[in-house]
Amino acid sequence: MTDCLPHPPAPPASTRYSVVTQTRFSRMGEIALILVAIALCLMPWWGDRGLIRTATEFLYVLALAQTWNLLAGYGGLVSIGQQAFIGLGGYCLVVFGVQMGVNIFLVIPIAAAVSALVAIPAGVLLFRLRGAYFAVGTWVVAEVLRLLTANTTAVGGGSGTSITTAVKGIPAWWRESLTLWIAIVLGLGAIALGYLFLRSRNGLALQAIRDSEPASESLGIRVDRMRWTVYLLAAAGCGAVGALIFISKLRISPEAAYSLDWTTTMFFIVVIGGIGTLEGPILGTILFFALRGLLSGFGSWYLILLGAVAVLVMVRWPDGLWGLLSRKWDLALFPTQRRVVAIAPRKEDSPHGSR
Amino acid sequence: MIDWINTLIQGLLTGGLYALFAVGLSLAFGVMRLVNIAHGDLIILAAYLALVAVEATGMPALAALLVVVPAMALFGYGLQRGLLVHTVGKGLLSPLLVTFGLSIILQNLMLEIFSADSRGVQAGLLETLSLEVVDGITVGVLPLLILASAVVVVGGLQLLFSHTGLGRSFKATSDDPETASLMGIDPKRVYALAMGLAMAIVAIAGVYTAIRTSFDPLNGPSRLLFAFEAVIIGGLGSLWGTLAGGLILGLSQAIGFRLDPGWGILASHLTFLAVLVVRPNGLFPRTRDR
Repeated sequence: MTDCLPHPPAPPASTRYSVVTQTRFSRMGEIALILVAIALCLMPWWGDRGLIRTATEFLYVLALAQTWNLLAGYGGLVSIGQQAFIGLGGYCLVVFGVQMGVNIFLVIPIAAAVSALVAIPAGVLLFRLRGAYFAVGTWVVAEVLRLLTANTTAVGGGSGTSITTAVKGIPAWWRESLTLWIAIVLGLGAIALGYLFLRSRNGLALQAIRDSEPASESLGIRVDRMRWTVYLLAAAGCGAVGALIFISKLRISPEAAYSLDWTTTMFFIVVIGGIGTLEGPILGTILFFALRGLLSGFGSWYLILLGAVAVLVMVRWPDGLWGLLSRKWDLALFPTQRRVVAIAPRKEDSPHGSR
Repeated sequence: MIDWINTLIQGLLTGGLYALFAVGLSLAFGVMRLVNIAHGDLIILAAYLALVAVEATGMPALAALLVVVPAMALFGYGLQRGLLVHTVGKGLLSPLLVTFGLSIILQNLMLEIFSADSRGVQAGLLETLSLEVVDGITVGVLPLLILASAVVVVGGLQLLFSHTGLGRSFKATSDDPETASLMGIDPKRVYALAMGLAMAIVAIAGVYTAIRTSFDPLNGPSRLLFAFEAVIIGGLGSLWGTLAGGLILGLSQAIGFRLDPGWGILASHLTFLAVLVVRPNGLFPRTRDR
């Protein structure tokens, strides 16, 4: 999104240029991320159970929002069916954890792998659809998985099942702490991974595709391969988070696991916070939790308000609140664009100098 | 054997309702390239309008069409002019996300106003009236009326597109809004008229939904999925294809239900995916998605 950057003033002729990908503020961003990670990791020793639960939820919602942001904001793949992989991940707990006796925390990477595997045939079908039709198609896939699960009595059928037996023998303190730590890995990991990925060659390619698919294809970017990468990454992320969510809930049903609400939440957070930026979903998640806390007594009005804000933001400020803030003050916590800066000539440099 | 024939006939009749769901979506896509995620919720909104009209005035259920169709058409016109116009030409993300937001707003508003209880409109005799075609095969009058309405709506739209100035301006704006505006067409007005027309059809689908089935505020998304599947099965841009898509969905659902009550809806989704495998552009494609 280099077009929204202010143009630098025309420099004197002797000025040299350099391309930077960091700002002082962004170095602060990196340090802040590390400090927050350390504080969160130590939380089982300083926070109470309620706080730990909220932090866990915050982190996994943040992870979900980042995967959706990667899909829709960077990959241009709007999916309203990500609940397919959350549900799938959750049900991996039932199959591998409860029925096969695998340690419930080891199920999380399995869930990521299973989701990515299922995403392959789903993607083969869905990539035949374009744009908005892809979006609704993803929803059909999620519905198919929900109905298949509800029709499978071995995993509890339509009424769902309990996962409590799989956590028997794990002390509550360890279960909650481990859940938090994994949520940290997923939530902050999603940011760090997104940051590193988007600053890499592939990330540049991905953003080029978002800005113009024909132009990037003509420059030799393999659009299909990038799309697949993003789609599979998002599926794996949702699968892992899905398993984590139901480790903390301990009961699963098809309605809850494959609920459209998961995607709705990601949508609100990413759109209001700022789609296509790494900071936007962080801001969006903070806002989402704050609003939920403030308005939880108002029932559906709370969702009506969120919907209205999302529509308003989309129409008036398509790059969200973060877009608004960052344009005003030229902020970038996790900058993914390269910017050209002028370097003032040093004193010993002669005008026709030796470089 | 006779049971199976009955199943297939019921499936076709259900398909008529699905086709009605789908035609509005197909029209909005055809003219504006807009895929309206709130489409299903608007059908349910029309159903609630019918419920309110019938319960408030005691009018016969079908007469609700006279109230709901103009109301929804106006609503559609206003929606396009006031809100969706801001999404035109801004790429794919904007209309998709705005209508997704609209869908959430509509669902929760209806939840707040009408509660989560399942409702239906009483239509008296019309609900039970049926014709015995041959021995053992009976056809409900209402489902038949719905299917006939779907055929009439599709036929009417075809006539509109081929024989009227409005239809030509729809086609011209769909093909190239800039050139169309050079010819004196106001694309914003054309889009608003198209949305009004699409919502009038949504209203018909909504009133029939209210009479034929029970519904609640959260039923919209499943309606959207059926509409969407019918459009894709039929092929983009083909209204008769959309009708055929609706019928195929209805048939596959009836066959699924017949085999196992749990597999009915699943069968229609799987049919859709199967068509996607065999014919990615649908059965009767007319235009390519751009």
